[in-house]
Amino acid sequence: MPAPVSAPPGTVGQMTPEQPANPWLSWQYVQDNSDEILRYLGEHVTLTLQAIAIALVVAIPLAALAHAWPRLAGPLVATTGVLYTIPSLALFAVVYPFIRDRRTTVLLGLVLYALLLLVRNTLVGLRGVDPAVTDAARGLGYGRWRMLFTVELPNALPAVITGLRLASVSTVALVTVGVVIGYGGLGQLMFRGFTSGYHAQIMTATLLCLALGLTIDLVLYLVGRLVTPWSRAAVSAR
Amino acid sequence: MNEIEAAIAWLNDPLNWSGKGGILALTGEHLVMTLQAVLLASVVALPLGVVLGHSRRAARLGTSTVVLTNVTRALPTFALLTIFASTGVGFGNTPTVYAAAIFALPVILANTYEGVRSVDADIRDAATGIGMSGPRVLLQVELPLALPLITSGLRTAVVQVIATIPLAALVGGGGLGIIITQGFGTQRYGQVLAGGVIVALLCLVVEGLLALGQRLLTPAPVRALQGS
Repeated sequence: MPAPVSAPPGTVGQMTPEQPANPWLSWQYVQDNSDEILRYLGEHVTLTLQAIAIALVVAIPLAALAHAWPRLAGPLVATTGVLYTIPSLALFAVVYPFIRDRRTTVLLGLVLYALLLLVRNTLVGLRGVDPAVTDAARGLGYGRWRMLFTVELPNALPAVITGLRLASVSTVALVTVGVVIGYGGLGQLMFRGFTSGYHAQIMTATLLCLALGLTIDLVLYLVGRLVTPWSRAAVSAR
Repeated sequence: MNEIEAAIAWLNDPLNWSGKGGILALTGEHLVMTLQAVLLASVVALPLGVVLGHSRRAARLGTSTVVLTNVTRALPTFALLTIFASTGVGFGNTPTVYAAAIFALPVILANTYEGVRSVDADIRDAATGIGMSGPRVLLQVELPLALPLITSGLRTAVVQVIATIPLAALVGGGGLGIIITQGFGTQRYGQVLAGGVIVALLCLVVEGLLALGQRLLTPAPVRALQGS
């Protein structure tokens, strides 16, 4: 190929393997770009936490409602199943032309998928409550709502926490798909690293994503242990 | 709404359907990539899952597959895609197929393992009791009973891969994602909308067809067993 030898080093080709050093891990990169990395990380974290919080606030009443009126549960689970089949990328593409706001579009998609996981898990948890326990509560004269709030929901808590962990880990990964509409948190860094062939940028963003997901998972696991001390006692008593 | 009209107009243009970059060709490419990825994942995951589930001694290895599944869930597909696309794994669709296969693998593995492992111990005992050898127990008893879980794992994997492959368009690959990224690039949001709808429909249709196929292929006794 008659490529000019004195090509300016700034030309960004599709693939430029002749670059002198392009390590996957570079502390130098992290130091030099800490502002940018922290900004995208912050974007990623706030997006994730906001989505999970909104989803939780909506999912629990929805699941409780479906539990109180079982007739509602079938259609609810079926709808969530169909919605969950739709890829996030397609959802972003369908929603963005109408909203025209990148952040809101991504947030909406994230909330929706987290919601589906949470509703299902909460419902499973509510259904899995030991009938002997609810019978006892009914025998004590508990009404439907008092039963829900003081007996069924606390008993379903482990399942809710499991759903929460599942939802938050997949939300952290899902944020990166927002790249499609130009708002993908750390995914944005990966994409820029790809277009400029900068390996350290891709790897740093990937590792941060993994670390973020595992950290949130660990925190939720610990929170789960704290709020359900009885389940630990039951295990150790066995 | 303006965008809906634009999307319908775009979908109505026969030029968008035919030809090299048309919807039909892209859908075909999309499905071929899906098939490659799922086949690649199955070749590794199916035998591994069967062996892990069958052998009593491999139980500890089996639980580690569940851990593996959870870890891959935290790793964004897009990260793997960019990493593969910017290394020597190959150009165009190849890195996408590999990345998608890696994400389909734990799904198939976990379901196969769980399916074979969770076969009722009494049934397995009875099979050994009437003189069946280990491989025969596996082939004639465990596998048929594990089939529903295995196929549902494959089903999930297929739909998941179809949903993942549009990301390839961002890193130089093909498939239906091209419609969406091109639409964004040219700010034709009607086209973006149409692309999103096509991908979503493809997922729903394939999921429906596979569910139907699974129902037809499951032997009647096993179906009755599930129903009870």
